[in-house]
Amino acid sequence: MRPFSYQRVADPSAIAKHLADSPADQTETTPLNDGSVQFLAGGTTLIDLMKLDVMRPATVIDINALAPQWARIAATSDGLKLGALAKMSDVAVHGAVLRDYPVIADTLKLAASAQLRNMATLGGNVLQRTRCSYFRDVSYADCNKRNPGSGCAAMDGVNRLHAVLGASDQCIATYPGDFAQALIALEASVDIAGRAGERTIPFAELHKTPGSTPQIETTLAEGDLITGFKIPGRWPRSVYLKARDRQSYEFALASAAVALDIADGTVRDARIALGGVATAPWRATEAEALLRGRRFDEQLAQQAGEAALSGAQGRAHNSFKIALGQRVVARALVQAAKMEI
Amino acid sequence: MDGKPDDRGRRAGGTGFDRRRFIAGAAAGAAMAPLSAKAAGEADAPQPAAPMAPVTARLTINGKPQTLQIDVRTTVLDALREHVGLTGTKKGCDHGQCGACTVMIGGRRVVSCLTLALSAQGQEILTIEGLSHGDQLHPMQQAFIDHDAFQCGYCTPGQIISAVGCVQEGHAGTDEDIREYMSGNLCRCAAYPNIVAAIKQAAPEMAQDMPAKQDLPARQDSPARQDSPAQKG
Repeated sequence: MRPFSYQRVADPSAIAKHLADSPADQTETTPLNDGSVQFLAGGTTLIDLMKLDVMRPATVIDINALAPQWARIAATSDGLKLGALAKMSDVAVHGAVLRDYPVIADTLKLAASAQLRNMATLGGNVLQRTRCSYFRDVSYADCNKRNPGSGCAAMDGVNRLHAVLGASDQCIATYPGDFAQALIALEASVDIAGRAGERTIPFAELHKTPGSTPQIETTLAEGDLITGFKIPGRWPRSVYLKARDRQSYEFALASAAVALDIADGTVRDARIALGGVATAPWRATEAEALLRGRRFDEQLAQQAGEAALSGAQGRAHNSFKIALGQRVVARALVQAAKMEI
Repeated sequence: MDGKPDDRGRRAGGTGFDRRRFIAGAAAGAAMAPLSAKAAGEADAPQPAAPMAPVTARLTINGKPQTLQIDVRTTVLDALREHVGLTGTKKGCDHGQCGACTVMIGGRRVVSCLTLALSAQGQEILTIEGLSHGDQLHPMQQAFIDHDAFQCGYCTPGQIISAVGCVQEGHAGTDEDIREYMSGNLCRCAAYPNIVAAIKQAAPEMAQDMPAKQDLPARQDSPARQDSPAQKG
């Protein structure tokens, strides 16, 4: 790990001061390059990638002391508010989350390990970096995400775990998270504090697919800090189904966050997002549209699964994810429809 | 596990020989002075030529305040092993994947390899050395012995701390729950069935002897459930 300047802040106004002390990254590249400012919360991604020499921040601002202000979990008549510093493990067992947003509880409970969930915060979780082994191993020179313009070792390498949706000819790295799939499905918004003040954006506008700039993963600017999430409405009929190589403590090969609003057997509203198969949190709007207004049955669920993966492109080792993803979506929909709420 | 806390690293003037100090000395003999100085944790040893000055970390470890001069990059794991001499906590993968380095920080089980020592200031750190009451083993330690819940023992301190957390969190009710909530601790010897058996033995004993530090958060009802304008279902 390279040396860095460590700052610990105990109140939000101190962040602005530290940012003022560290000049903004003027390059239009990424907030992840050498010399950048990184916020430290749970550290489960950042410290790991700093040890691997993938992330090399000049300044690390430890925001854990802000938890009293920014770790609140509040269920209101408008929906759910989650502080960015809330721990995954705390949100996963929160009564209102379990009852009204089971898909959120599932995505958190089925991610990582108990220890990591005790450390990792929601804000950091949505920003976790890809598990692409060529990205994580700096001995591979060709990674457009790490070294823009250097190529992509995964393209014709071992790409069993890579994305079949949202990929480009520059990058096929999978977005690894689970919680983000619940957020994008439920049309959450993100509160952000940055050098230019505070703003709120739809969660769907937070992440970017790689396109020609895989080194840019989000629309956040350097110094931007996620402070919380808002999830509108309530979705008691919702589930997260995660297919993986082992039963626990593993990233998704294919997963589906689904939420249904069914009345008298007819789908009034449907939400579907896919994990493990795409380069960014991935909402399957086409599949959702196919469900709305129709009587729910297993055949319809299968059609929705096929629609969710339409346009998917496999490579040498990951084509199995297309059929797997279709079945995971269909099964998740059937599970949600059968829920007793 | 012989019924005593592992305090070899702290026993400076004990029998005059221990494995850890032998290894550190051997490393120095092999012209690795900077590494060995760090490993032995001696305050007066020459510091490695760090690009940045050491900083002061004030930690509370097993109830005891510790003031350390460390590089900012030092993890809790390395602070424990290399600076304080508490080598019960093990370094496995050093990337948060194996659980061997599990300790409690602020009453929660975490992986110490991904926690900066500076971040852990102001919170109680509990390691395997701090689990027993003197010579009286914690019920989980005793249960691991009773059920042969280890072979080589390398993952065991992490398993035991994690198991205590698993019980305190209320996730030790069924075999299935224990397996799920202990999945962050890998055992290369595959002592898993015995580990599950040990946790099942210790869980009710812990409930009697040591009330859980933190129960599950109370169910919190959303105040305006009936009025929700976007009620889904």
